[in-house]
Amino acid sequence: MYEAVDAELSRRGVLAVGAASMAVSVAPAVGSARPAPELQPSTAHVAFEVNGERQALELDTRTTLLDALREHLHLTGSKKGCDHGQCGACTVIVDGRRINSCLTLAVMHEGSRVTTIEGLGSPGRLNPMQAAFVKHDGYQCGYCTPGQICSAVAVLDEIRAGIPSHVSADLNAPSATTSDELRERMSGNICRCGAYSNIIKAMSEVAEASGTPA
Amino acid sequence: MKFDQPATTNPIDQLKVIGYPHDRIDGPLKTTGHAPYAYERHDIVADPAYGFILGSAIAKGRIASIDTGAALAAPGVLKVVTWKEAGPLAKSKNHTAHLLAGPEVEHYDQAVAIVVADSFENARAAAKLVRIDYQREPGRFDLSQQVGRAPPKGASSGEGSGSEPVDRVGDFEAAYASAPVKIDRSYSTPDQSHSMMEPHATLAVWNGDRLTVWTSNQMIAWAVRDLSETLKIPKENVRVVSTYVGGGFGAKLWIRSDAVMAALAARAAGRPVKVALTRPQIMNNTTHRPATVQRIRLGAGHDGKITAIAHESWSGDLPGGKPETSVSQTKLLYAGANRLTADYLATLDLPEGNAMRAPGEAPGLMALEVAMDEMAEALGQDPIAFRILNDTQVDPEKPGRAFSHRNLIGCLELGADRFGWSRRNPRPGQVRAGRWLVGMGVAAGFRNNLLMKSAARVEVTRDGRVVVSTDMTDIGTGSYTIIAQTAAEMLGVPMETVTVNLGDSSFPASSGSGGQWGGNNSTAGVYAACQKMRDEVAQKLGSNSADIHFEGGQVQMGDRRIPLAEAAGGMSVEDAIEYGDLGKTYQQSTFAGHFVEVGVDAFTGEVRVRRMLAVCAAGRILNPKSARSQVIGAMTMGVGAALMEDAVVDKRIGYFVNHDLAEYHVPVHADIPHQEVIFLDETDPISSPMKAKGVGELGLCGVGAAVSNAVYNATGVRVRDYPITLDKLIERLPEVA
Repeated sequence: MYEAVDAELSRRGVLAVGAASMAVSVAPAVGSARPAPELQPSTAHVAFEVNGERQALELDTRTTLLDALREHLHLTGSKKGCDHGQCGACTVIVDGRRINSCLTLAVMHEGSRVTTIEGLGSPGRLNPMQAAFVKHDGYQCGYCTPGQICSAVAVLDEIRAGIPSHVSADLNAPSATTSDELRERMSGNICRCGAYSNIIKAMSEVAEASGTPA
Repeated sequence: MKFDQPATTNPIDQLKVIGYPHDRIDGPLKTTGHAPYAYERHDIVADPAYGFILGSAIAKGRIASIDTGAALAAPGVLKVVTWKEAGPLAKSKNHTAHLLAGPEVEHYDQAVAIVVADSFENARAAAKLVRIDYQREPGRFDLSQQVGRAPPKGASSGEGSGSEPVDRVGDFEAAYASAPVKIDRSYSTPDQSHSMMEPHATLAVWNGDRLTVWTSNQMIAWAVRDLSETLKIPKENVRVVSTYVGGGFGAKLWIRSDAVMAALAARAAGRPVKVALTRPQIMNNTTHRPATVQRIRLGAGHDGKITAIAHESWSGDLPGGKPETSVSQTKLLYAGANRLTADYLATLDLPEGNAMRAPGEAPGLMALEVAMDEMAEALGQDPIAFRILNDTQVDPEKPGRAFSHRNLIGCLELGADRFGWSRRNPRPGQVRAGRWLVGMGVAAGFRNNLLMKSAARVEVTRDGRVVVSTDMTDIGTGSYTIIAQTAAEMLGVPMETVTVNLGDSSFPASSGSGGQWGGNNSTAGVYAACQKMRDEVAQKLGSNSADIHFEGGQVQMGDRRIPLAEAAGGMSVEDAIEYGDLGKTYQQSTFAGHFVEVGVDAFTGEVRVRRMLAVCAAGRILNPKSARSQVIGAMTMGVGAALMEDAVVDKRIGYFVNHDLAEYHVPVHADIPHQEVIFLDETDPISSPMKAKGVGELGLCGVGAAVSNAVYNATGVRVRDYPITLDKLIERLPEVA
């Protein structure tokens, strides 16, 4: 909707510069009171595995993976910070790779294996990364935290797998868990509370304990 | 409990629990995704309707007509609420603009309608079908056009330092005219966005004429008051719950359109409705930190003593709004007999300006502390020595009024030592490390310590658990943890024995979270309630408070030891901390020395922060781990303010163009190096029984200037127009190979 509104305004705004008063009409594509047939939402069946459990859902095809998790499966650990793939709060691990779950439709994940923050550990049984975040205070308000932790776990896997990053000096050599590498790879996860320095400490400790090359 | 005399020795001084870097007690919930935020209350309402807010497409004018027919006929739509359906609404005195527009439109993206549907997807799609004809009027969107003409205007937002419109001491003009060394500089700071990670969100549920909102709010009692005023319903009929808050930084001090529109929508639809603002709506629908233009004049003798100091600031807001009080700290930070400070307020038709973390001081120090750097250079003095020379232990405007405790000098000296300040080359543009020009900068940090009444209830259960309940919020600050520490210390029980319930207006009203007052005041309120519990237990046992001790889960009276569960099981008390006039008798403030090292790419002008250190003097530190996190987070925000944050105004249409996290840049991991924080070991018994003060905003105050001064030291280029982006540096960088 913003695209449509802004385009309308920009076009008229350019014409109207200097005008004392003008009428702006924000018109929908459909003018009649009756919805056009194409507006009827389509639904689809999708089945995937979330945290080891098979889930079968009948979903509006516009439903993102994030909203399927949060609104349909009530797994609200994955957060909606921007719904635009800009903040990383919705990061989950799908088939071993981290993704922004707000940028992908649920129906695209037939047969996928999804791991959310709830699948990594629980309050009584923290995963090592979750425990390290608590120990090093790698969070404040907690809203970006599940995404940070899912990303952090996946980043260490990426380094172990030898996947280079923008700051890797040698694309063919094994990567290392240096602070620069961690910061670069974590930069898709925004923390407005500014816990970055502590998050890197938490990740470094987990990397060291798990023998990821430093 | 009335606090009107400085604290003497009290149970907090035992420091058995207080002062330790406890992990946050809410950590396991937050790190596993089990802490429920406002939009996630499936436990409260299994099947809410979804609201989607439509914002105004114009900045100023009128709604000529609204046609909701197509939206209402769209799949899944239950209701559409506009000003016509909303019923009579008022504007609380804490809102400058109405939270629902109609027929007048006051700013771009002001809510004009909410569409309620059975799913988020249907509500969002139907919002596109609402047809609105606007009558657009010209607006005022350019602050620079009103600089020099806007009238003086004071402010006291209740969040931060109040400010008279114009303050004068001595004869500034004469002293400045005759000063042998002087500078006259102008600086500008842009509009900034809080950009907390959790968008504003509310779940609204009506039960008859009683409304409950699960929302994301910093100040529960204010939210109750403002919902009651806006909806014209009795306060007793409003309950507000914010168990977890995904950041606020001032954006959630007051309810926003999500709360009001959710309430209206739920009433119209006859069922619970939840609403979250979209990320792009946050910038134009809610509030922002207003841009400033600031002029600073400093005059000094050859000895470096300031004789004349003037700080004037221009900012803009909607009609009836308030200025960004950027001159507040300049009234108090440095000595000088002749002084002038003034805030001027332009009228702008941009979205509402309001408090963002350290309102006033954050942009004010970005100017003042650069001016101090420039003045030190003009005097040929070291910037730290220059600041120390002009330190004051009394309020410079009222010399009979002392600071309760002030050790800015200690912050600067210790920081200089730890940071290696002596290695700084005072001549700018001299230090190269490979392709990097390297420089160091310093700035003083300053922010007042504010005292607010705060209440709490403390219960001891029959099995000996201690339960603390207060409407205090934890917005990432660590409230849950320091409140548990306070109760554990006061009642002599281990942390694990304490349960803390926060963020519910059915609990006693606290100070809330804002203005870095939350930590000190809310724990002082818990102290008061615990002290009352101690008194009542003593009375019950036929003793007096002075003769009994609470330790190890037991109450000790002479040789007797009684388990707390036995002595106090089933007891519940409530009390509040209320302050006398110590906040007026003494100036209560917090202090920091901020040190930054940057590298500036000699070829591209790219600025990278290499090292950061903050040395803070803020009274007793209740939990060094969570306090340190507050400070490093604030330092991070300071880097953003210095180097990237800039809400760009489209001056034709009147809105912030870069209204999301891809276009409005905040620091990411790669921007922030390892950060060091040192707290001076001190207490301030004049502040509260906790002897603590605030740190959450102190950590931000001065950081931007320290970055700016470091960039200057690295390059010799002084950028007075924030943010310091490479385009402002590159033309003037030293010649390279």
